[in-house]
Amino acid sequence: MGELKVKDKDIVVPGDVLAEGMDFLPAGGAFREGENIIASQVGVVSVNGRLLKLVPLNAKYIPKRGDTVIGKIVEVTNNCWFVDIGYSNHACIPLRDGSMEYIPKGADLTQYYDYNDFVVANITNVSKSKEIDLSMKGPGLRKLSEGRIIKVNSAKVPRIIGKQGSMISMIKQMTDCRIVVGQNGLVWLYDIDPLKEVIAVEAIKKIEERAHIQGLTDEIKMFLESKVGVKNAVQ
Amino acid sequence: MPYNKRFDGRKFDELREISAEVGVIPNADGSAKFKIGKTIAIAAVYGPRVLHPRFLQDPTKGVLRCNYNMMSFSGSGERVRPGPSRRSKEISHITEKALEPVLDLSEFPSAVVDVYIELLQTDAGTRCAGITAAALALADAGFPMKDLISAVAVGRIEDKVVLDVSKEEEDYEGGMADIPIAMLPRTGEITLLQMDGLVTLNELKEVLKSAKKACEQIYKVQKDALRARYLK
Amino acid sequence: MSNGIVTSHIINLIDKDSRLDGRKLDQFRDIKIEYGVSAKSAEGSALVKIGKTEVVAGIKMEVGEPYPDRLDEGTIIANVELLPLSSGEFESGPPTIKSIELARSVVDRGLRESKAIDFKKLTIKKGEKVWTILIDAYSINDDGNLADAIGLATLAAIKDAKFPKYDEKEEKIDYKEKTKKGIELKELPIPVTVLKIKNKFILDPTLDEENAMGARLTVTTVEDGRICALQKGGISPLTPEDTEKIIELATKKGKELRKLFK
Repeated sequence: MGELKVKDKDIVVPGDVLAEGMDFLPAGGAFREGENIIASQVGVVSVNGRLLKLVPLNAKYIPKRGDTVIGKIVEVTNNCWFVDIGYSNHACIPLRDGSMEYIPKGADLTQYYDYNDFVVANITNVSKSKEIDLSMKGPGLRKLSEGRIIKVNSAKVPRIIGKQGSMISMIKQMTDCRIVVGQNGLVWLYDIDPLKEVIAVEAIKKIEERAHIQGLTDEIKMFLESKVGVKNAVQ
Repeated sequence: MPYNKRFDGRKFDELREISAEVGVIPNADGSAKFKIGKTIAIAAVYGPRVLHPRFLQDPTKGVLRCNYNMMSFSGSGERVRPGPSRRSKEISHITEKALEPVLDLSEFPSAVVDVYIELLQTDAGTRCAGITAAALALADAGFPMKDLISAVAVGRIEDKVVLDVSKEEEDYEGGMADIPIAMLPRTGEITLLQMDGLVTLNELKEVLKSAKKACEQIYKVQKDALRARYLK
Repeated sequence: MSNGIVTSHIINLIDKDSRLDGRKLDQFRDIKIEYGVSAKSAEGSALVKIGKTEVVAGIKMEVGEPYPDRLDEGTIIANVELLPLSSGEFESGPPTIKSIELARSVVDRGLRESKAIDFKKLTIKKGEKVWTILIDAYSINDDGNLADAIGLATLAAIKDAKFPKYDEKEEKIDYKEKTKKGIELKELPIPVTVLKIKNKFILDPTLDEENAMGARLTVTTVEDGRICALQKGGISPLTPEDTEKIIELATKKGKELRKLFK
């Protein structure tokens, strides 16, 4: 007979025994060792029938095909741009995916994206040895021209975006900020009023810190209302 | 002369006071502070990041690189000269070896994960404190780990096995054996074992038993610290 | 990490008398000082936090022979280590020019030129034995303005220090035993760094602001307002008018910061 050693939503750390016996199956953040299922990360337990998984509270960004990320141009060659997306290997935008418009061979690529520019890009491929290809072809993919970049833990990105984008929409609406959240944990913000930007940053940092708390949406709503007043509150 | 009472009055199987805290360095990807008695170790993790020079890269997984250092005012006597010494290089190396067995860096081929360990204050047991802090910092950074690593130095003085050796005991005039040990507390598997001194096999057995018990205590403090960051 | 749009954003904000974190241009982040953080090992120690920037400093004391041209004087030796533990931008290895600059221009010059420490009082036996005060500061987390944090931390560590017992017969220091005698500080040389971006002046710059840097001047002042050290940095030049304005700002802030030690 199997026995569950933790409850749903418990915070566990590497080495914690989640369950004994063969009735349960380990998923992300957990592994089987003999009869036991063990946690391998700091995370929140999610029990889904027989499946035990962890929602990590802090995790390194691991690039996946389809992710929209924010990155910084760190190298420009004659046929591609290299981009730091917060992963050990730099990602690459090949010439053919550099822009919706046609880029002729031999063009000066810094005219499009220069060193230290930040771009919003899409991951089109991740090879087995973790070579990453990016594309700038698609809606919303572009060079960022104004504003600030902040870094959050990539494990918290789903929480910052919220269900169907509910959390981030609320922040945008209440602060008037323009915000892009990259799956890799880089977030771009801009508003003409710098103080509103500060409030949006505080809200995002709050979500990052308290991602595991229930009722976070209400907490963030109250925080924003206290800062910007109710006039901007969600109708 | 028999060693019947410890210099600091502890029981032979008693640890000094221990405490741990994670998330102490905002810039780092993971960080921790570990205190055991008056020894204070701080560890910070940076990476994964690109590893240079290229020939050091492993195309199948990331490489762990540890760097142990004593702050120049943290010694018991004169100022310690800054920069690596033979001693600090050796400790850095054995720290890597103590941590590697639990750490999974397969998602980060060709990259390096750097762990920097600084001793703010020392009173024996510095390499073990450094390893314990480093394990916490790696877990705090979110790397997958089979278990944490806990470490403690156990000694043999005269006919007694003494847990968590103090500075006075290290300097015991009649000679002693000093045995730093690191392990996966969950399974008891050993990842660091060194010794200065002479022991019998039976004494060593007792040393290992004592270390296991102590590592379980340290393990609990480590786990509580990792959880505490999110239970505020 | 210099990052293009953030820099231009900072410059735009400062033009509107505003900053990324919402502070006023002349406003410091919260400052915390903790004494005796390495009391077991060091003769004196302290930790200083300015916002997220954190520095520890420690004092060791040794006895040696005086310099041949200063037979009745002890001395100080200042060192700064920018630890790779404190920032992804710092690397292991020998001291960088940045750490040497901080040690010389902020710690050493401030203490020496202000005559804060009476070197004559460090003499044990003229011509033979004098005390050397070894000051080491380490960065623990760099979020900008390390210079001012290092300045405050070293002063706090010196204030915290007690001489160890020295046995003149045996010519040996007993580091286990501290005396009640401290290091007398006749002045408190306080460094304040001012950054000029566009035509505005800001205090206590964060890392992002430092990276947006136009010109920088660290001004160390003493109680009566005299200047005991200056260090210009950054890529842009300063006019004499700028310099005056900066010194005025730094002197005023220095007075405020000096109160932290009283």
